Amino acid sequence: MQISEAWLREYVNPAISTEELVAQLTMAGLEVDSVTPAAAAFNGVVVGEVLAMEQHPDADRLRVCQVAVGEMEPLQIVCGASNVRVGLKIPAALCGAVLPGGFKIKRSKLRGVESFGMLCSQKELGLAADANGLMELAGDAPVGIDIREYLSLNDSIIEVDLTPNRADCLSIEGIAREVAVLNQMDWSAIQVEPLAIAHHDALQVSVEETVACPRYLGRLIKNVNAKAETPLWMQERLRRSGLRSLGPLVDVTNYVLMELGQPLHAFDADKLHGGITVRRAKADEALALLNGQVIKLDNDALVIADEKQALALAGVMGGSESAVSDETQNIFLECAFFAPQSIAGKARHFGLHTDSSHRFERGVDATLQARALERASQLIVAIAGGSVGPTTDITTESSLPQRRDVFLRKERLGKILGIAIADEQVVDIFERLGMSVQAQGDGWLVRPPGCRFDIAIEADLIEEIARIYGYNNLPNNKLLMRSELSQATESVLEIDRIADLLVDKGYQEAITYSFVDEDIQKAIAPDDEVIRLKNPISSELSVMRTTLWCGLLKAALHNTNRQQQRVRLFETGLRFVKKDGDVRQQKTLAGLILGSAYPEQWGEKSRKVDFFDMKADVQSMFALSGCNAEFLVAKHSALHPGQSAEILSSAGEKIGWIGMLHPTLEKQLGFDTQIFLFELDQNLLLNKRIPLFRPLSKYPSVRRDLALIVREEIAAREVISSIKDCNEPMLQDVVIFDIYHGKGVADGFKSIALSLHLQNDIQTLTDSEIDAILKRVLDTLINKISARLRD
Amino acid sequence: MSAILEEILAQGLQALAQAQELSQLDQVRVQYLGKKGLFTLQMKGLAALDPEQRRSVGQVINQVKEQFLQQLEAKKKSLEQSVLDARLANERIDISLPGRGQAVAGLHPVTITLRRISKIFASVGFKVVEGPEIEDDYHNFEALNIPAHHPARAMHDTFYFDAHTVLRTHTSPVQIRVMESEAPPLKVIAPGRVYRCDSDITHTPMFHQVEGFLVDTNVSFADLKGVVYEFLRAFFEKDSQVRFRPSYFPFTEPSAEVDIECVMCNGEGCRVCSQTGWLEVMGCGMIHPEVFNAVNIDSERYSGFAFGMGVERLAMLRYGINDLRLFFENDIKFLEQFN
Repeated sequence: MQISEAWLREYVNPAISTEELVAQLTMAGLEVDSVTPAAAAFNGVVVGEVLAMEQHPDADRLRVCQVAVGEMEPLQIVCGASNVRVGLKIPAALCGAVLPGGFKIKRSKLRGVESFGMLCSQKELGLAADANGLMELAGDAPVGIDIREYLSLNDSIIEVDLTPNRADCLSIEGIAREVAVLNQMDWSAIQVEPLAIAHHDALQVSVEETVACPRYLGRLIKNVNAKAETPLWMQERLRRSGLRSLGPLVDVTNYVLMELGQPLHAFDADKLHGGITVRRAKADEALALLNGQVIKLDNDALVIADEKQALALAGVMGGSESAVSDETQNIFLECAFFAPQSIAGKARHFGLHTDSSHRFERGVDATLQARALERASQLIVAIAGGSVGPTTDITTESSLPQRRDVFLRKERLGKILGIAIADEQVVDIFERLGMSVQAQGDGWLVRPPGCRFDIAIEADLIEEIARIYGYNNLPNNKLLMRSELSQATESVLEIDRIADLLVDKGYQEAITYSFVDEDIQKAIAPDDEVIRLKNPISSELSVMRTTLWCGLLKAALHNTNRQQQRVRLFETGLRFVKKDGDVRQQKTLAGLILGSAYPEQWGEKSRKVDFFDMKADVQSMFALSGCNAEFLVAKHSALHPGQSAEILSSAGEKIGWIGMLHPTLEKQLGFDTQIFLFELDQNLLLNKRIPLFRPLSKYPSVRRDLALIVREEIAAREVISSIKDCNEPMLQDVVIFDIYHGKGVADGFKSIALSLHLQNDIQTLTDSEIDAILKRVLDTLINKISARLRD
Repeated sequence: MSAILEEILAQGLQALAQAQELSQLDQVRVQYLGKKGLFTLQMKGLAALDPEQRRSVGQVINQVKEQFLQQLEAKKKSLEQSVLDARLANERIDISLPGRGQAVAGLHPVTITLRRISKIFASVGFKVVEGPEIEDDYHNFEALNIPAHHPARAMHDTFYFDAHTVLRTHTSPVQIRVMESEAPPLKVIAPGRVYRCDSDITHTPMFHQVEGFLVDTNVSFADLKGVVYEFLRAFFEKDSQVRFRPSYFPFTEPSAEVDIECVMCNGEGCRVCSQTGWLEVMGCGMIHPEVFNAVNIDSERYSGFAFGMGVERLAMLRYGINDLRLFFENDIKFLEQFN
């Protein structure tokens, strides 16, 4: 909300600077977003009066005016504005004046006639974006006084960002109350004397929805002049509140809205058909709103209607058909209290947000309506004339919000704030906030005023005391608390450790969006059921990822498009898998590499990354957890069928995948290099084996090498597992140290060189024992995989 | 000394002097001291002498032999030194060339920041807990005292899957989940991704928060202030001014926004702090009794505080990052600045 400081200070004027006032508001929870001058900088402009006017001898559109500017002799000023006339009071810029933008006024000659200043429009003074002729000042404006003083332009516009609980501050009076409390000053609300009733006509009003509309006040004002000019002071206050002047009838309702916080609405009474009803809308009932929008209502919407149709969306916006215009002569002025819960969400439902809905949603003081209606009537009559009729008041007392007493325990106040606050101070704060306070037993019985919708429980009262006492005046405690020794779970490896490992292996951590492009998601995992956002920000961020590869591939592309030849990325996060109707949010780790295996360097021959580079990285993660992961040949829609593997735990749980991005996808996504990917289930990866000590053997270990010829399709894994299946107790380890194709090995075969590491725990192995073991191993290999020894 | 012996010594010393390599030196050694060496033969010749002579002549031979041996050792040392010198000269490399192998990369600045935050709180026993990102309306809103149509919902710009399922808009639902399943005393921080349907120069539809809360008997607003103050000092490693402003969150009361003296300009006023000298860094407050009711914790017996902060914002302030969107582009040129 935006307010004029000068207007505020009419209510309460503490002896503090604007800066101090703003700091005070911010620190009381009414955060000030900005402070801007009410008018651009200018000087040397005074109130002038046109005393005489002649046609310029050489220019049709110019007039030569004699202008009174106070103590000096009248000045001759040439003016081209169409609305200049004798008797008009206008802002007159004197010679030496500087207007907004640094424009200097000098004595000059216009087509041969001397001019000693300039008569100004609102635009020239920076008060409006556009202007039609001179700014017309009120007839009683004192000639000669500085225009800044006359229009109170030395004012600041303070923009307050109010939290939704502080509806009571959505008016000048509301902010004034706060400022008065903070400065321990007195203030008083605008007092309004009721106008004399000048006619007895009234519209029949019936309220069908008394819960949603506990109070509805209305009256007819006849014979108003809708063409009357809104006085400058009111226009200025509205302007400083961020509201445009839209004719006296609307301006008055807006003014009272700003002044008291009560929304009002003026209907053109001659456009109404019969009496007024406050009712639920009929299904599909249409309503053309003031903003030009036509909305289709439903049974949930609350409307103000006449006998024929809905006239307004209650508490939100009026309709265009019954709106006041320049031609309006008679109005029906409405001032109601709508219950917050009946207005909440209604405006948003239709994509609307109005000053009225903003206030009703948060809560308008239910005791305000009579005063506000009277205040608005008074202002309308003063500006646009007219005669007021009696007020129709349909109030359902039982539906009005009840202000209940809330009990505050002194002990609780001290306990929650961590400080004892003097009783007198507590009482003083509550009373200044407009609450009634009664000391009772070990605390106070407090009843909040009608403007406060946010005081219902003890904690609300504690907050009010803290707020006015000043959060920064409350103590800062050193943390003293119960402590327990923390867990040090060894069976779970921390993901941070894995992240550090990958970082040390040259993987940069990425963080990509959890929602991804459905096309990419479909391309990578066509069989996964996706979870779609109802209101995505764009089609590129519309479904939840079922694999982290979507984001990593996009990030990789971002980098290759920026001349990065080598990309290594990993990410940790959730993937979202729908299975049997359930959504599983799985903690996942994924990585991507492309480009050369090592950064370009002088000492190593450059080579591209391959499957085994990535496999080594994945295996090193399993080395940390101490778990045996199996890599099995398997097909994945996103991976090269000949270079992909599914990773399983020794218990057969599916941990994840590794492989080369399928060449088709590589091309489709716009890469021109091979990409390797892995993705692992974090929970399974992080299962850590707790080490169990085995005694060390005191006897020497022996290595024996075997060179085998096997068929090409025999996987290394089969060779190793065949050997391990022999269950030789002395066999400690098997290492493949060479794979050979070529001379001496027939097509369709390969040579595998292995080393077997043997050791006995209780004695030195003899040659005959070693030979026996080797023979058994070899026999098994011959039987199982038709291996033979290489010659 | 016999002329012969003198001759042998003279020739031997000359041979030593002429030896250029260790192998030549070794030949000389064999020639003079080997089994059939010249000195060895002289010693053997002693056998033909009578005992009296044998001793005196033997002594002389030994002296000469010793003299030769010393020269031999000296020469050997010198030749070895030359060999070593030659090797060292030969093996000289350009140590200014870079090292070989894999380069080390780094963590994302959000992770670095999260780890620092976690470490600070873990040091006083806060436990790190994570929660689901697809969250139900109850945990994200209802249980946090934000019923349907509450004006606070408008501030959240929620992503929906259906009427009851959302992407969590904050990490506060973790507070509910923990309090539903564990009894006080509780000291928890909950870091993670959160989502708001908003995207412009200062908003990304996904970002990170850390929620923290403490529930025990006798927890006061003064305790909250103390913890927040200590945390900010630890995080920024600076003894900056901190101020607490009343604010509003449906799930805390009293509620506060916390401002820290601008770490860029030390409170002088700059672009980052919009000339105010203050930076808003977190929201906090005393846990609302309605929230305790929702999780069946007795709000008479227990009280607690909660706080929440934006991780990207803290990272931006800490490292001087000026564009939020950089966090999720994953440009290596950006990421590697934090290695």
